[in-house]
Amino acid sequence: MAYSDKVLHYFRTRPNAGELDAEDPNVGTGMVGAPECGDVMQLQIKVNDDTQIIEDAKWTTYGCGSAIASSALATEWLKGKTIDEALKLRNTDIVEELSLPPVKIHCSVLAEDAVKAALQNLQEKSGEKTTAAAAGSEG
Amino acid sequence: MKTPVYLDNLATTPLDPRVLDAMMPFLTDKFGNAASRSHPYGWEAEKAVDLARQQVADLIGAADKKEIIFTSGATESDNIALKGVVEMYAQKGKHIITASTEHKAVLDTCKRLERSGVAEVTYLDPDRTGTVTAEMVSGAIREDTILVSIMGANNEIGTIAPLAEIGAVCREKGVFFFCDAAQVVGKVPFDVEAMKVDLAAISGHKLYGPKGIGALYVRRKRPRVRVAGVIDGGGHERGMRSGTLNVPAIVGLGKACELAKDEMAAEAERETKLRQRLLEGLRAKLPEVYLNGHAERRLPGNLNVSFYGAEGEGIMMGMPDLAVSSGSACTSASLEPSYVLRAIGVTDDLAHNSIRFGIGRFTTEEEVDFAVEQVVDAVAGARDISPLWRHKLRDLEKEGVTVAPGSQVMVPDANEPAGAGA
Repeated sequence: MAYSDKVLHYFRTRPNAGELDAEDPNVGTGMVGAPECGDVMQLQIKVNDDTQIIEDAKWTTYGCGSAIASSALATEWLKGKTIDEALKLRNTDIVEELSLPPVKIHCSVLAEDAVKAALQNLQEKSGEKTTAAAAGSEG
Repeated sequence: MKTPVYLDNLATTPLDPRVLDAMMPFLTDKFGNAASRSHPYGWEAEKAVDLARQQVADLIGAADKKEIIFTSGATESDNIALKGVVEMYAQKGKHIITASTEHKAVLDTCKRLERSGVAEVTYLDPDRTGTVTAEMVSGAIREDTILVSIMGANNEIGTIAPLAEIGAVCREKGVFFFCDAAQVVGKVPFDVEAMKVDLAAISGHKLYGPKGIGALYVRRKRPRVRVAGVIDGGGHERGMRSGTLNVPAIVGLGKACELAKDEMAAEAERETKLRQRLLEGLRAKLPEVYLNGHAERRLPGNLNVSFYGAEGEGIMMGMPDLAVSSGSACTSASLEPSYVLRAIGVTDDLAHNSIRFGIGRFTTEEEVDFAVEQVVDAVAGARDISPLWRHKLRDLEKEGVTVAPGSQVMVPDANEPAGAGA
């Protein structure tokens, strides 16, 4: 199967490949997929406390070229977005942008899931932060 | 050096130029129908087919060239052997024994026979090396068993079956032995007499002959095997395979067999060395390289390895100058990794990471060295962005375990299959 030029582009240039500090309270980490299925994607976002804008996003992906390109593209789109905007990211946008064939649609679904998982992780952390702050003020 | 470097000779081989030379007259001036008895055009075609039949018979040690039936390829030969024997010997029994790692041409034919109720099939699971032993076969034979179907060597993992031992068991118990020999013929010694094979499937394009041609060996004596034809028509090929003979392709298959017979021994040695060079080259630079299949008893040109943490298709995409194949799910529509790797107990986290290299007659040492460089870069690149690799590496480093070129510490239960090194 031949890849689209955009898949090849993201596969080769690998924008935002790497990791952020998962311990950072402003970093949300999402890890989806399973080694048994041949796809595992880790996506991380770092949100600015004051502006609530995603100022950085990183990914690492075990999987095929389409999964790698999907995660790279997702992080490109996330940077500079608000959390609400990020929640609107849909896998179909990735399918369209990368011209993914039907057998590779699951790669885009994985990317959407990874974004949601990262946002959820961030929400959990901010919940903890609020609780910690509340606990701190009480003490 | 021409790129992409072709290292997928288990999928298909290029036509040997000497084979093309032998075929050319039959693609041009000598166009006669081998069944035409009334003029020299037919006579010369028939003569050429006779010679090819002898060349095929000679390569596999068949006693009589009449035992060779020309078909369109190994898939058709597999179909005729299984369906033809089941139909012809329905009175005797309906049980077939085969293995879960056989080629789809055998497995899917067996499934169809089961569905239509004319056969019961036992699928043997091979051991960790991919080997189906004579004992496994012997233990599965029943009163009503009519046929044992075991491939000569596996197309994915290259493991060569103990054919002589399986043949002896079958002969002793009075069961026909069919061997899908597409991968072994012309690569390693294959002798229907010594191995007591009763039927064998042969493919032209796996041994530097043309595509669209193959053969089925059907034993005529001690014991005589009869098969019902699958394609009806003019009664060609002793009624077992009707259809005007594809004379140029048959001539090509014959020539390919003649060349293989002459050059097999030296070529097998050369390819074995190249395979070792490839594996050693990879392990010298990469940690966590796991061999799939038998360490020694394998096709000379086959190397199948899994790279922990790097997915097969991702690896291949990182080395566009190499033509290889992978057992990764992503290369198939099913999203399941190779059924062969699963059947021999390769865990899913390694099955997705397999690359199959097929070294062939025209592969050079320079190409193998180039392949090592390309694979090392591609695997390192894939691991660099792999969360599995990164997390595992961090965990092991914390424990003080060293991950270095040649190491196999990430999947400790994936024992190296039999023998040391390949």
